[in-house]
Amino acid sequence: MTILTRRKLITSAAIGAGGLLTGCDALTRNPAFQHVLASAESANFTVQRALGDRMELASEYQVADLSPVFRANGTRDPGTSDYAASAAQGFADWRLRLTGLFVRPQTFSLAALQSFPQRTQITRHDCVEGWSAIGQWTGVPLKLLLDIAQLQASARFLVFHCADRLGGRPYYESIDLLDGSHPQTILAHRLNGEPLPVANGAPLRLRVERQLGYKQAKYVTGIQAVASLGGIGEGKGGYWQDVANYEWYAGI
Amino acid sequence: MHIHKESDIIPQPRHRLTTRLWHWINALCLLVLLMSGLTIFNAHPRLYWGEYGANNDYAWMAVGSSERIGYLRLGDMRIDTTGFLGNWQDSSGRTQTWAFPGWATIPSYYSLADGRRWHFFFAWIFSFGLTLFMIRSLWNRHIQSDLRMRRQEWRPSNIWRSFRDHSRISVIRQSWDKPYNVIQKLSYIGVIFILLPLMIMTGLTMSPAMDANWPLLTELFGGRQSARSLHFIAAFLLVLFFLIHMLMVLLSGPLRQTRAMITGGQARGVDK
Repeated sequence: MTILTRRKLITSAAIGAGGLLTGCDALTRNPAFQHVLASAESANFTVQRALGDRMELASEYQVADLSPVFRANGTRDPGTSDYAASAAQGFADWRLRLTGLFVRPQTFSLAALQSFPQRTQITRHDCVEGWSAIGQWTGVPLKLLLDIAQLQASARFLVFHCADRLGGRPYYESIDLLDGSHPQTILAHRLNGEPLPVANGAPLRLRVERQLGYKQAKYVTGIQAVASLGGIGEGKGGYWQDVANYEWYAGI
Repeated sequence: MHIHKESDIIPQPRHRLTTRLWHWINALCLLVLLMSGLTIFNAHPRLYWGEYGANNDYAWMAVGSSERIGYLRLGDMRIDTTGFLGNWQDSSGRTQTWAFPGWATIPSYYSLADGRRWHFFFAWIFSFGLTLFMIRSLWNRHIQSDLRMRRQEWRPSNIWRSFRDHSRISVIRQSWDKPYNVIQKLSYIGVIFILLPLMIMTGLTMSPAMDANWPLLTELFGGRQSARSLHFIAAFLLVLFFLIHMLMVLLSGPLRQTRAMITGGQARGVDK
């Protein structure tokens, strides 16, 4: 009796485990259930924004803390002839275009961006995959550019357009105005005291330090101020969000 | 010692309602968190100490695959894990080189975004559940009366006797309605007050936004990658606890034990 019961118990546990797995996959593919799971993500966003100062700085480190090698991920070279030509002349012809809901849309050359007051910060880059690298970034605070171009009252998000394509689609990312005006949010053109390497997003990449790596758009060519993310890409606010369902808010 | 007459004792189930509710909610949460956590681990199956750590840095633990051999590397030791870790066949017979196999992950196929959604949803339920259970169990004195270590229990002879008792099936079988012994108390206290809170805190440390809000937490664990390593180690200590827990339930009468954790069961026996 006891043996039979135990065997039954073990068998049903095994069946249960198998059923659980198939069940979980079915649930994962169910849009309504996905909606329930994703509700935790908006809780993460709300709670993390509510904790402490909304402008809290990410930890900054010392030169001694730098990663020996700063890992490059995603696109390591946009690979287009335009990009190669620009790289060949030190990106002298690179332009950053501020478009959309700005009072005074602007175009900046790399030299112009470098002539503004700069910010240098040693921060930790956390990839959604789990690895981290510490690097020293120098660049122009985004807030400074927003003050020059002046956002229209209806602007809610900043969309970063990039020169690279992944899987045939243009890479893009977006942040809200709170992160856009955060003091550590910069458009970096130097890494560890050297001009930004091609693999890390030369000549300009976004640093938005309180979010994960996929938000740190590389090869930035334009910033578009929008009222909603609906009309851009597939509407989820970024390449990985559109392609692989990553969360728009990447604070966790 | 004053012994109550049976009529004096207010009938008290072996497991209180809060304990039972939390036990099963927590069991579900931990199972989902473990399996979705393994999906997340598969995205980068390497562990480091310190603040940073990526492919060029030394990993104290790594799972990988080379030349059709799956392996687990711990420090300098490399263990062949073909068929189980790093190189395994999925249900349709295809070779996969993700670290943990599909039967151990949620979802059973690799999707970092879905794994994270499952993980963070159940992390909220788990955290609320643990907090409410702790508050309620202090309030109704479950912790003070059933889990608190008495001074004489710390005696090495008592701890040694408890270890010996755990190797005797006959003792385990009789122990099912006795007050918790010293090893049970230490295990439950260790899980409820150390391992489970450690899972939450090391988990929070991996969030860049939390690090900005609470940088002390990161420093406490010696950096983000250390926190990630501790998160993984604590998870496997919980798996170890689960395996011993299951063994003890099986040895001490799985039906009556499971029934007691569902219905509450009969009153706890008086002190030995």
